[in-house]
Amino acid sequence: MLDASDEGYVTEDGRRIGGVLMEMKNITLRFGGVKAITDISFDIREGEIRAIIGPNGAGKSSMLNVISGFYVPQEGEVWYKGAKRPPMKPYQVAQLGIARTFQNIALFEGMTVLDNVMTGRLNYMKTNMFQQALWKGKAEAEEVENREFVEKIIDFLEIQSIRKTPVARLPYGLKKRVELARALAAEPSLLLLDEPMAGMNVEEKEDMSRFILDVNDEFGTTIALIEHDMGVVMDLSDRVVVMDYGKKIGDGTPDDIRSNQAVIDAYLGVAHD
Amino acid sequence: MPDQLIYAMEVFLNGLMAGVLYALVALGFVLIYKASGIFNYAQGVMALFAALTLVGIMEGQVPFSHLINAMFGTEIHHFGWHLPALVSILLTMAVMVLLAWAVNKLIFNHLVNQEPIILFMATIGLAYFMEGFGDIMWGADIKKLDVGLPQGINTAIDETTYGWFGYGFFIDNLDIVATVIAAILVIALVIFSQYTKQGRAMRAVADDHQAALSVGISLNFIWVMVWSLAGFVALVAGIMWGTKSGVQFSLSLIALKALPVLMLGGFTSIPGAIVGGLLIGVGEKLFEFSVGPLIGGATENWFAYVLALLFLVFRPQGLFGEKIIERV
Repeated sequence: MLDASDEGYVTEDGRRIGGVLMEMKNITLRFGGVKAITDISFDIREGEIRAIIGPNGAGKSSMLNVISGFYVPQEGEVWYKGAKRPPMKPYQVAQLGIARTFQNIALFEGMTVLDNVMTGRLNYMKTNMFQQALWKGKAEAEEVENREFVEKIIDFLEIQSIRKTPVARLPYGLKKRVELARALAAEPSLLLLDEPMAGMNVEEKEDMSRFILDVNDEFGTTIALIEHDMGVVMDLSDRVVVMDYGKKIGDGTPDDIRSNQAVIDAYLGVAHD
Repeated sequence: MPDQLIYAMEVFLNGLMAGVLYALVALGFVLIYKASGIFNYAQGVMALFAALTLVGIMEGQVPFSHLINAMFGTEIHHFGWHLPALVSILLTMAVMVLLAWAVNKLIFNHLVNQEPIILFMATIGLAYFMEGFGDIMWGADIKKLDVGLPQGINTAIDETTYGWFGYGFFIDNLDIVATVIAAILVIALVIFSQYTKQGRAMRAVADDHQAALSVGISLNFIWVMVWSLAGFVALVAGIMWGTKSGVQFSLSLIALKALPVLMLGGFTSIPGAIVGGLLIGVGEKLFEFSVGPLIGGATENWFAYVLALLFLVFRPQGLFGEKIIERV
């Protein structure tokens, strides 16, 4: 396929994909004696939609947790923006510009949609707390600026009508969208989506697919997503990593993956003799 | 106006003032509970420890002097200085921040993801440790605390009410000061948690740890900050109680009075802690005044707890506790 040193490529629909943004090198993750991930390497390029797929228990979520700092791998290196990333706490990774959503949704249930999305901007607030408390000059301007950005995201994801609703009252599909909004509010360099379509009906899935494509198109956000619904992934992504039992069994464009015998076996099951 | 009603008004006012002090202790509980889900049994002892430290620093007491003297046969007790109240308060605050950091580093960092009951047990341990530690550090004698707050009967109120009713109300100046300070403290806390970055991060952590991490909030930083805030509130409470009745170890027992306050106000509401405190303060004074004489008095010992029991039965989330929203 592509060489890691090259400057990227142009997709069929004319989007420009840049150089390598993040590279996982020989990652191995163990929980006690159980190997969740075994010696996996792949990269994520700037501006692309990269999918990690695989059957249940393949280690996809573990991989996402390694990227976002929730798990620290025992072996291997994580390279980000051309430098090796030392072991970090999840909040430090977030401050580097890597935002994420969760498979089982982690929102601030007691807050309104607007407040939830605003938390995505916390790292952009630079005035000190006395200025903020007194609502003086700079702090006010900063708040207004952040608020405008958040409103833009809210419009973009079409959740204006629920801006003031406490998140706990929302149905599942909308919660997923609010979580995406919060992640986007951080203007991430890399957006990680953990099963964004899990538990959705067909219509909601279509909506979410459209939003993911629009986000990538409109903001040029690099997106890495996990999904086990193969159909959805093939339509969305530029390149796909396939995992099974913690190992990488395929990596390439959706077309490559469709014709990959190991992948077909993993998904359809194959008789071992 | 009938005498009884005038007396009742005076009792009511005094109840309000006593309630402010309950509310101050309860406030410390609410802060920590909201941000970390820990019910901090040591909050009362923190108030005691803060007051002890304040007196010690102000009077230039040598910490651990009994221990040092016993070990080395020396006779040191004082550095020989007297620091101004404001300087001592700032130094004490620094000690409370240090304590907050140590508590997180040494205890709660090792108990991440444990059951609430385990965390609660840890704070009981902390309470007894700090009581003993405070004893070794500063001595167990009752100390006088005077940071220059006005005390004694407020003559203006006394004279005005005498002019109105022919009976002067006895309101302590210290209670008035405590009320004003508590009001400022609560307003400051509300502004802090609603409008500042750190306050918003605090509410975020209180709501969901994982989500807070994913937007770049350091849980550790927030926890140390919250324990420091609780330490600050404990210091204020310690100053008020200490000035009123001397710094003594029974101070730690006021924590128990904060429990019924929390049941009334709700564990998660800052305004709730205040209203709860006032209700208990007024309620127990008025009850003692009206019903007390009929049943032999001393109702203040149990009134608050019975009231809390009633609330537990009929409104378990308290007056202001977060509504339990559930989608079914």
